Amino acid sequence: MPRECLRIGCGAGFAADRLDAAEELVRRGDLHWLALECLGERTLAFAHRDRARDPTKGYDPRLERRMRALLPLCRTHHTRLISNMGAANVPQAAQRTLAIARELGLFGMRVACVLGDDVRHLLAPETPLLEGGTIAEVGRPVVGANAYLGADAILPAIETGADVILTGRVADPSLFLAPLRARFGWQDTDLDRLAAGVLVGHLLECGMQVTGGYFADPGFKDVPDLARCGYPLAEVAEDGSAVITKVEGTGGMVDRRTVLEQLFYEVHDPAHYLGPDVTADFSQVMIAEVGRDRVRVWNARGKPPPQQLKVTVGFDAGWLGEAGISYAGPNALARAELAREVLRERLLVVHGLTCALRFDLVGVDSLHATAGVPRSMSEDVRLRVACRSIDREEVEFVLWEVEAMLCCGPAGGGGFRARLGPVVETRSCFLPRAQVRPCVEVLRA
Amino acid sequence: MSPRVPLYRIAHARAGDKGNDSLVSVWPYDRRHFAAIARGLTAERLRATYPALLRGPIEVKAFPRLGGFLIVMRDALEGGVNASLGLDSHGKSWSYLILRLDIELDDHQLSGQGL
Repeated sequence: MPRECLRIGCGAGFAADRLDAAEELVRRGDLHWLALECLGERTLAFAHRDRARDPTKGYDPRLERRMRALLPLCRTHHTRLISNMGAANVPQAAQRTLAIARELGLFGMRVACVLGDDVRHLLAPETPLLEGGTIAEVGRPVVGANAYLGADAILPAIETGADVILTGRVADPSLFLAPLRARFGWQDTDLDRLAAGVLVGHLLECGMQVTGGYFADPGFKDVPDLARCGYPLAEVAEDGSAVITKVEGTGGMVDRRTVLEQLFYEVHDPAHYLGPDVTADFSQVMIAEVGRDRVRVWNARGKPPPQQLKVTVGFDAGWLGEAGISYAGPNALARAELAREVLRERLLVVHGLTCALRFDLVGVDSLHATAGVPRSMSEDVRLRVACRSIDREEVEFVLWEVEAMLCCGPAGGGGFRARLGPVVETRSCFLPRAQVRPCVEVLRA
Repeated sequence: MSPRVPLYRIAHARAGDKGNDSLVSVWPYDRRHFAAIARGLTAERLRATYPALLRGPIEVKAFPRLGGFLIVMRDALEGGVNASLGLDSHGKSWSYLILRLDIELDDHQLSGQGL
């Protein structure tokens, strides 16, 4: 691979992704850039809740651990870091990052914040939602609303020369496209190159899902050393073509199949992959295995992006509770079924609950049963009850009723566990680009 | 009668989600099975096999150049990751719901491939 390539790695593909493999990636990946994609739609809605409770919170709770581990390595290896861990509070995420840098003796470190994705002030009760209806008609409090910013919003942050770029909501591939645009000078009109950059971002943004994670199926798709799976990196050339690979000696694999599975992941229409930067066509992408764990991808095509930006609106939707109790051994299935019948009668008939309820027999019919797949005859069965309500007490009551089955239910029931947590629901709407005003702030340690 | 094989023997798949839509891509291990899968993996077939689950629009798109398929199943995730009370609210396990379908092969495709 020629020297003029940009080397960018992905060291997190979701909020709970592994950290140790990211350290290995920076240590041995010879990276110009490390991207950490940690912000799902729900994660962001919960971050808004956190910030509403405590104005110093609302950024990724794992930022502390990730920065402590990765900032020193990034400095040693001259790797710049870009992440959406700013979530609902980018300035506080930057302050915390700088405090960590100072503690670690990384003086002079600069953090650039990409701001302006929070667009709650631009929405009104009558704003129409893509799913139908208006914000007011959802009938629940809005916890936050964020526009998907593109690489154009990130570029000025990169051009400040900051060591760390922190964003809130940006399109995931834009975290990768922005460094490529900065390096190669790709313009808004270089649509095929923008699409190539989006392709690289799309393939990398879920981390190990392109290096053997979410892939292994013993006997059909065997993956070596999955416990030490390596994160991916791309070597990207000026023309946008790229080699997807991973650090030598790490577990996992990159081949045509892992790339293909990721190519269509969470894509509605591979010929029109919509984003704020470009509408990318992945349907004609060329894929070639060019070495061990090295796959070359090229020929993504670009068309102009939509005129409007997509916005995710999060609503407080009350509480979700889950509780379970297990039955094993002879006749376990019949006892679990009896427990399910008893609980149905208790909750729906005796107590007349009207909240959303669901009963599953885990190990028998919990996952594909609603599709009509035949049930198994397991002797290790767990009754699971799930419920959702605006009223926390109602959810707590359901969990109590499940626990009571220890003494009041069928024989041999054990292993009760329950959890209760907040629910957010997300909807989408569009905003004209001109209304959304991204900006950049730089802070120094 | 033409030989039938479970799809998981001849293809791999990955499930993803967007809102309340389940998106499953299907990739034949061997391109020679592309046509047979294209014939057998249809929206009508999926709806008939999983009527309780797949009530929304279904589209199966073929990508001959890449050698794969994308199945878009709308309104299929009981509200999706935010609203579903199901264990697998993303439908991550749905790739294997698709892979358990049978596919009818041409006679000559069965011999010599260990199927």
